[in-house]
Amino acid sequence: MTVLAMDNVSLTLGGTRVLDDISLHVARGEFVSILGPSGSGKSSLFRLLTGALTPDRGSIRVDGAPLSSRSRAFAFMPQRDALMPWRRIIDNVILGLEVQGMDRAEARARVLPLFATFGLEGFERHYPAQLSGGMRQRAALLRTIVQDRPIQLLDEPFGALDALTRAGMQGWLEQRWQAAHWTTLLVTHDVREAVALSDRIYVFSRRPARIIAEFEVAEPRPRLGRPLSANAVRLEAELFDALLTQTGD
Amino acid sequence: MAHSPSGSPAARLVQGLPAVFSVIAALAAWEVYVLVSGISPLVLPAPSRVAEQIVVNRDLLWANTVPTLQATLSGFAFSLSVAFALSLLIDFIPKLRRALFPVFVISQTLPLVAIAPLVVLWFGFGLTPKILLVALVTFFPMLVALVDGYESTDPDISALLKSMGASRAAIFRRARLPSAMPYFFAGLRISITYAVVAAIFAEYVGARAGLGIVILNAKNSFRPDLMLAAVVISSALTLALFGASALLQHLVLGWRRAGVAP
Repeated sequence: MTVLAMDNVSLTLGGTRVLDDISLHVARGEFVSILGPSGSGKSSLFRLLTGALTPDRGSIRVDGAPLSSRSRAFAFMPQRDALMPWRRIIDNVILGLEVQGMDRAEARARVLPLFATFGLEGFERHYPAQLSGGMRQRAALLRTIVQDRPIQLLDEPFGALDALTRAGMQGWLEQRWQAAHWTTLLVTHDVREAVALSDRIYVFSRRPARIIAEFEVAEPRPRLGRPLSANAVRLEAELFDALLTQTGD
Repeated sequence: MAHSPSGSPAARLVQGLPAVFSVIAALAAWEVYVLVSGISPLVLPAPSRVAEQIVVNRDLLWANTVPTLQATLSGFAFSLSVAFALSLLIDFIPKLRRALFPVFVISQTLPLVAIAPLVVLWFGFGLTPKILLVALVTFFPMLVALVDGYESTDPDISALLKSMGASRAAIFRRARLPSAMPYFFAGLRISITYAVVAAIFAEYVGARAGLGIVILNAKNSFRPDLMLAAVVISSALTLALFGASALLQHLVLGWRRAGVAP
């Protein structure tokens, strides 16, 4: 069942066409990635979805209803963790619930049981500066998940991590996702990450962004932590080709 | 962490030792110079004589410290309230910044020597002119600290709150105001020291009591020892207020002292 449907969406920012005739859809429980070169308008797409921008043309529907500034369909995880340095981890995690108007004590009680699965047990009362980069990203993801929105928007969530931590986090996210099947739209420029995590991948062109390819990833899960299958290797090569024709240099 | 004093109280005491030594050395040099040169105490009294004057005149000095402290604190409280109210307005209506800031900058160019007598002329010898002069001196630094502090908010945090459906007011309360706190305390520590000086100057120009009056009277009766005694008290007052601001910062910004990643 389709949760998110974008049809022929175009966006112009400051006289520059950023998104050109984008049509995509995400089904319930599906993990969809948008893969594109840097600066291809992937982040603008998220700003459209979170209501920070409105499209010039086209429609965005969530569960069949047009997206309005009041429809809170998305929980957003930014590229850098954006944890508030003055709030303890638990109070960072409940931020979205507090904004929704939930009482602080109630929100804390609700998120506390999730700390163990997110590898944050014992760090509830720590400040963000006391946590490693990987733990901070997990806290940011937990803050996203507890908002209990229909769709999770992840904007290059591991882009700021070192390679080793990133690999660990991708494996961890794959496990978590297999257990929970959050409907997820991931933006990334990491081909391997997209292939490892996604059910489907849309490839964006350079600005103005068009969708130049769509790939199904049928590989069995879990995919991380074992050798790449011949299919996955071929898919990665195809994706690289599709991307490289776009860089123009 | 590097940006705040850390370690045990004993370790901090050791850190403070060089400062104590240099102050003692300066006082000792002063004392010896007065002894050896035989200079008249009417020109340069020795530190020991100033200390003696503080003890002898303690009732007078205390009676005049209270009004100065009162003027400083009420002036500063007034200044803070106005600065906060205006910072709110400017944050929510950015156009106001361009309209108001030039006026405030000009207010900071007015020489206190000229303004103080006028304010006393208009508002008399009571508390009002002192409050106004303390506010004139401290208001602008506090306003700039707050407005710049709001501007320092991480745009990612604002965007995140927006994606959560937070209103402009909620974003202010949860992100912009806390982000401004380090700036606020930096401004507070600086402004509070100006505040004492401004209060004493206002008294000097016209008042019934206060350290400014003690200094004025001591000057007129050729008593540099008593003058310096009042100066010592006013410095102690400033240091105490500075210390109180630092303590408040220590309490409010506790998160900045949390350790780094293990």
